Parts: sequence; C-alpha cells; structure tokens
Amino acid sequence: MSTAPTRPADALREGDRPAESRPGAAARTVGGVAGWVDDRTGAAKPVGYLMKKVFPDHWSFMLGEIAMYSMIVCLLTGAFLTFWFVPSAGHTIYDGSYVPLRGVSMSEAYASTLNISFDIKGGLIIRQIHHWSALMFIVALVVHMFRVFFTGAFRKPREINWAIGSVLALLAIIEGFAGYSLPDDLLSGTGIRAMQGFVQTAPVIGTYLVYAIFGGPFPGEMIIPRLYSAHILLIPALLVGLFTAHIGLVFLQKHTQYPGPGRTEKNVVGFPVMPVYAAKAGGFFFIVFGILSLIAAVVQINPIWAYGPYDPSAVTAGSQPDWYMGFADGALRLLPGWLEFEIFGYTLSMNIFPGALLLLPLVYVVLGVYPFLERWVTGDDREHHLLQRPRNSPVRTGIGMAAITAYSVLLFASGNDIMAIKLGMSINDLTWFFRIGFFVLPPLAFWVTKRICLSLQRRDRDTVLHGRETGTIVRTPDGRFFERHDTELT
Amino acid sequence: MNEQDTPTHGSEVGPTGHGTAVRLDQGHIIGDGGIPERFSNPGLPVHVPRAADLDEDAARRAEKQVTTLFGISILGTLLFIVLYFLIDVEETIYVPGIGVTSASNLALGVTLALALLGIGFGAIHWAKTLMPDHEMVEERHPLRATDESRDRVVHEMREGGNSSQLTRRPFLKYTLGGALGLFAVPLVLQVAGSLGPMPQKSLSLTFWHGGPSGPGQEPEFKPLRLMRDPENTPVRADEVTVGSVYHILPEGLLDLEEGVLEEKAKAAVLLVRLQEDEIQSEKQLDWGYQGIVAYSKICTHVGCPVGLYEQVTHHLLCPCHQSTFDVTRDCEVIFGPAKRSLPQLKITVDDEGYLVSEQPFAEAVGPSYWERGQ
Repeated sequence: MSTAPTRPADALREGDRPAESRPGAAARTVGGVAGWVDDRTGAAKPVGYLMKKVFPDHWSFMLGEIAMYSMIVCLLTGAFLTFWFVPSAGHTIYDGSYVPLRGVSMSEAYASTLNISFDIKGGLIIRQIHHWSALMFIVALVVHMFRVFFTGAFRKPREINWAIGSVLALLAIIEGFAGYSLPDDLLSGTGIRAMQGFVQTAPVIGTYLVYAIFGGPFPGEMIIPRLYSAHILLIPALLVGLFTAHIGLVFLQKHTQYPGPGRTEKNVVGFPVMPVYAAKAGGFFFIVFGILSLIAAVVQINPIWAYGPYDPSAVTAGSQPDWYMGFADGALRLLPGWLEFEIFGYTLSMNIFPGALLLLPLVYVVLGVYPFLERWVTGDDREHHLLQRPRNSPVRTGIGMAAITAYSVLLFASGNDIMAIKLGMSINDLTWFFRIGFFVLPPLAFWVTKRICLSLQRRDRDTVLHGRETGTIVRTPDGRFFERHDTELT
Repeated sequence: MNEQDTPTHGSEVGPTGHGTAVRLDQGHIIGDGGIPERFSNPGLPVHVPRAADLDEDAARRAEKQVTTLFGISILGTLLFIVLYFLIDVEETIYVPGIGVTSASNLALGVTLALALLGIGFGAIHWAKTLMPDHEMVEERHPLRATDESRDRVVHEMREGGNSSQLTRRPFLKYTLGGALGLFAVPLVLQVAGSLGPMPQKSLSLTFWHGGPSGPGQEPEFKPLRLMRDPENTPVRADEVTVGSVYHILPEGLLDLEEGVLEEKAKAAVLLVRLQEDEIQSEKQLDWGYQGIVAYSKICTHVGCPVGLYEQVTHHLLCPCHQSTFDVTRDCEVIFGPAKRSLPQLKITVDDEGYLVSEQPFAEAVGPSYWERGQ
C-alpha cells in the first residue's frame, strides 16, 4: 500500500511494479466455485461490499460479541445434548454408574442427565459448557445493554434495535429457566414448583393456567416434554430470528463510534472486515468458546447428582435459582404477607403476583420503551451515530444507575438466606434492610451519580480551558508559585 | 441538563469569576477567555507504524508467535483425541484447589480449551501485528429513503388498492379483514382448549379426604393412618417423643399405581410433638393429640415444602423464600412473604394406638389462588 512509506525496504522498491502472479491451483478451484455461485446468484456484489465494510474498534463493542458467541456455543452444545437427553417424566429405576443413586426411582429426564454426566464420555464437559455459556450469554447480554444504554447508542435511528434487544434479553432468561428446569432434579423441580405457585396466583385465571401448563395437577408428566419443546425449538427459533434482525440492523445502520479526532456523525472510522475484522472477530469466537471450555473443565456447575430426584415433599436448604432469575425471586422474598387480600371471598395475592408474574415483563417493557420516553422528554429528533460519554448525559446515567441499584437490591435479596448464614446476621434484619433499601437506595444512586457526572464534566471543562496539570511547580522572580499546565489535551 | 452540549463561550466564564468551578484568570496558560466558538476537527491522528511494519525481524518474530499459537491449537486437538480414548469416563483425579474431579472432564475440557484458545489468540495476534492497521473511513449516508422512493411506495400501494378494486368494493375489505382476523381462532382454541383439564375441586382436596384427589375425583372421607415417609409405616402416638419431627403421608398414598407425586405435592404433612403447655391455641390443642400436632408441609406462599424446623424456638422456616411459621401458635406466619398459617390436620389415635386423621384438611393447602375461598 502506498500509504505506508515508512518501511526501510520500501525505498528500494520504489517504482517497482510487482509482476502479476498467476493464481495457484487451489485459488483457481475456489475461484471456479465462486464464479459458479455468482453466475447463479450475483452474490459477488454484496459479498464484496461486506468484505470492505468498516467496523469501529473499542473494547466495549466486544460485549455484544461475547453474548453472540456464547449463544452460538449454547446452540452447538445444546444440539449435542439432545442426542442423549430423554425429555420424559416417565418413571424409571436408575442403574447407571453413579453408585449413590442406584436403585432409586426417578424420572427418565433425571436418569438421562445422570447418564450424560457419568456414563457418556465427554458428556459432562458438553453439559457444563452448555450451562456456563448460558450464564455467560446472559451476563454478556446485560453488560452489553449497559454499554448501549449509558452511551446513548439506542437513540435515533437505533430505537427499534434496542427494543429487539430487550425482547432478546427477556427471551434469554426464559430460555435459561426452561433449560435448567429440564433435568428434573430436586433443585430444578423446586424451581418449577415455585413457578407453579406463581402462576396459580394470577387473578381469576390462575388455576386454569396452571392446569393448562402442567396438563393437570402439579407436577404431572407433561411439564418436562413441554419445557423441552420450548427450550430446544420455540424459544431458540425466536432467539435466532430476532438475533438475525438485531445484527442485520447493525450492518444496515452501521455501527456507532466514540467521538474522537476524525470521527464525526457522518463517517465510520475503523477496520474493514477483510482481513482485520474477520481475524479479530473470528478469533474472538474461539477465545470465548475456549474460555467457556476451560471454565467447564475446572469449575463444576449444577451438580444435579448431589440433589437427588425431584420429590414435591422434599427440599434442600439454600435453594437458589440461576442468577438471572434472582431478582424476581428476591422480590418475592421482600414482598410482605399482608399484601394478600380477600375480596368477596376471592383471594388476591399481591404478595406474590406482582413479584412473580408482573415484574419480569414490566422490567423489559420499561427497558424497551425507554428510548421513546427519552425522545419524548428531550424532544431530540436528530440522528445520533456518535456515542456519548456517560458523564455527558447525567440524568440518563443517573436513571440507569438507579435502575441497576433497584435490580441489585432484589438480586441480593434473593441471597438473603445465604448472606445470613455466611455473615452470621439475622435474616429478618437483612430482609428489612433490603425492603427499605429498595425504596431508598435507587433515588440516592440517582442523586450521587448525577452529581459525579456533573463534577466530571466540570473537570473536563477545566482541562479544556487550562490544559492538563503537570505537577511542575514554578516559582516566579517575585516569589509567586503556580503550577505549569500542559496545553496538550491528549 | 447537559453542560457540554451548550457551546462554551469565553464570556460565559468571565475573568471575574462568579462562583463557577473554572475561572479563566486562574492557571497559567491562555487565561484570556479566548476559547473558539467550536473546536475544529483535527482529522485522523497520524498513523504510528508498529514494530513489525518497520523491522523484518519483528515481523518474523510475530509470525513465529502466531504459528506457535496455531501449533498449540493443533496439539490441543491431538491431545483431546488421545485422551478421549485413553481416560475412562469413571476415573477421578485429585487436583489441588478443585478437589476430586472427573479426570475425563478435566482432560477433555482443558485440551478443547487449548485447541480453541490457540486459534483465537493466534488469529488476533496476527491481526494486531501483521495485518494492516490503517483505519479506514466509510461515509454514512442518511438512512431515510428519498422523497421520490417514498412517494412511489405510496403511489404503488394506492394503485394496487385501486386496481384490485379494494377501494371501490368495501365489502371485500371488510370480509377479508374479518376472515384474516378470525382464522387463527381455531388454532388457538385447539391449543388453549386441550392443554390441560379443568381443575374442578382438585386444588382444594387432598388425599386426606379419603383417596386420590385429582380433577373429577371426589373421595369419601375415611380416617387414614399417618405413615412415615419414605418407610411407609404407621406411627404410634407413644413413639412420638417431644421435640421429634416426622415426615408424614396418608396411608395408601405410596401404594398408588400413578399420581404419587401429584398427591404428595398436596398431602405432605409434618408431625411434631410439643409440650402441651407450650401450645398457645385452644384449637391447635383440640386438633392434635396430647401435644402431637400435624401441619401441612406445603408452604402457603408458593408451595415449597417447609423443610426447616428449629427445635428450640418451634419455628418452621421455608427454605425458598424464608416464610417463618410459629408451631406453638397454630403455625401462624411470624415473618416473610406468606400470608396464611399452615393448615392443621385434625388427628387422633385408633384402637391400636396408631395416629389417624380425624377429618381432612379444613381448607385448601399450598399456595393461594383466586377462587380459594369459594
């Protein structure tokens, strides 16, 4: 490339015209196949365009990639698991190689999960990668959402993609719940039992819903196959479809970028897909997959054999859902019992219904409509392709931090029993702390965040006006001291 | 709200300073408020060549690093294949920091990770050291289509409506709308209608009513012995010492051919013996037998088994959401999200001294539901 004249050898080659090398046999074959396809599809034009497409570079743009790759790892390992998992609540007597459970009556779902873990070579590693990548998927997705929120990337023209992302986030946790409920061990069965209790509190239709979902009285034998069909077919189809739309819109609208020299609202500065992004993003998939494998190799997750088969009259202490369901579970722990009312002989369980059935959709609806609310309040109808630093939008950053605080209070509340034991504290005191904290801490977080943002803005302005502090103290001939400031802003 | 969006005029922060954070007469440089109206775009920064751009040795080193990483990946793959056949699935291994773990899981996971990470780090190192690092600039174009394109869409839609005579013959429109609006109803009806049976009375009945209590079943009451779970043996009143706890199921439940879990989910009972003078409720004393009391084990919150009994305080704690019930006060809720007491099962002893139910639960057990009080 003529723009890199700094290579010393380049001076010698100046003016040389490289001979056109004849393509090798392999390249001619590839070219022939590509030509055959292009004759029939005309794909050369869009593919050529995509290869030169430019993506801006920043570590925070990697978060969505982690989510995407974790999802792909989930799909891949999940397909493997279907070869051995038996989605049936039918009874069987376990006779596999895990001795403590031999001879125990259990469901075929649980027995086959034990087989995957103990009798199928490499089964456990696939199962553990699957579970870890599911957790990673949702963690990465949430942090990606933080990035998009705090930098204002959801602003016009990207509101639709934000809404799609919100639906994806909700589907991901439903998918996760359906997945970890499948093994039918004591812990997952307790989760399904709680879910049954939640649905049953829906006003008017609760009992009918429960009998529809479970195909009769709880637990029945229908819930495992139904969760299975939701987990491997219905929800993944929606996830993949919406994800394709999500990434398609990123291509169409071009990625946002952080402001900087040469980066404007009217351009995208970065590296082209071919070869840099293909190598970086492609390589990153292998890194995500590799790290998930490493975690799955050394850190045990969900040891279902330790819990035993599901029995509705048994339970283990410290029963916890996977982390992403924690906030809803925490809400249930905080809602006091007096919120249950009897009206004309009908029971309205406001101690359960809001936390169990309303909270989840509510959180994601509020998330989904946020860009429209913000636009309505600010009246900002311009297109934005440059990202904001969180400090430069103090109110939004404050709202975000308040929301994260409220969510965290609920999440921590779902571990109140574990905390009480580990910290030697009273569970009642902890519960009260969280109950009060849910109302007090978010406004506090808003106020503190906003003040910090404004202070950081002032510091930025100070730097712009006076340059950077150098730490060099200068004494003038008349005895005054001042600090030398550096005019370089970078 | 957004201080940086307002253009920074020099006059705004005058040299006199009026309590703002930044004063222009302070500090060393400029100090005259000569801030430009807008900062001009300095353009892309100068490209800084990397070591491998300038020095062939550095480039060769980078190449060596990348090929080593790819080599590690190949090695990982080969090791995976070897270890897959070499290590038996049942073998365990002690690893410091992890404990005893499945040898095959550890070996396969680590080698797979090597195979994957080698490719990943190799590719990225290649991109960072040897692939071009010149940033490219791509122009953005407005997403909005041109006015002509928009008008054409509107025009084609109108034209389509006119030429299909939809606008001239409105009944076409109404009936088509109706048909399209309704055609999904049969499909929805099939699913919604056939997913499960009607609950009927099954949520308010339990096996203690005299037998299986699924939808459509209405067992006739007979006294049932209290059986230990899982031994399935009856309990004599004189065996129950003060402070002991039993998991109880009704006689016959564990002998069922089918529906065991469904009945268990409603009929599970905890049996506790208290000192009679500890019991603070007259009804509780009456419904028990010499201080032996039986309570539904299914939490009135969302139905987890109330599994934790504190002998000293006589508190029952649900491990799911920490509802706490006081056994000395008729299992009232003393803390947590549940509203209702655990229902008590009225018990007595039969001729042979075994504990039996005297009547079924007087109310529905388990989590609340809308028509519970009916």
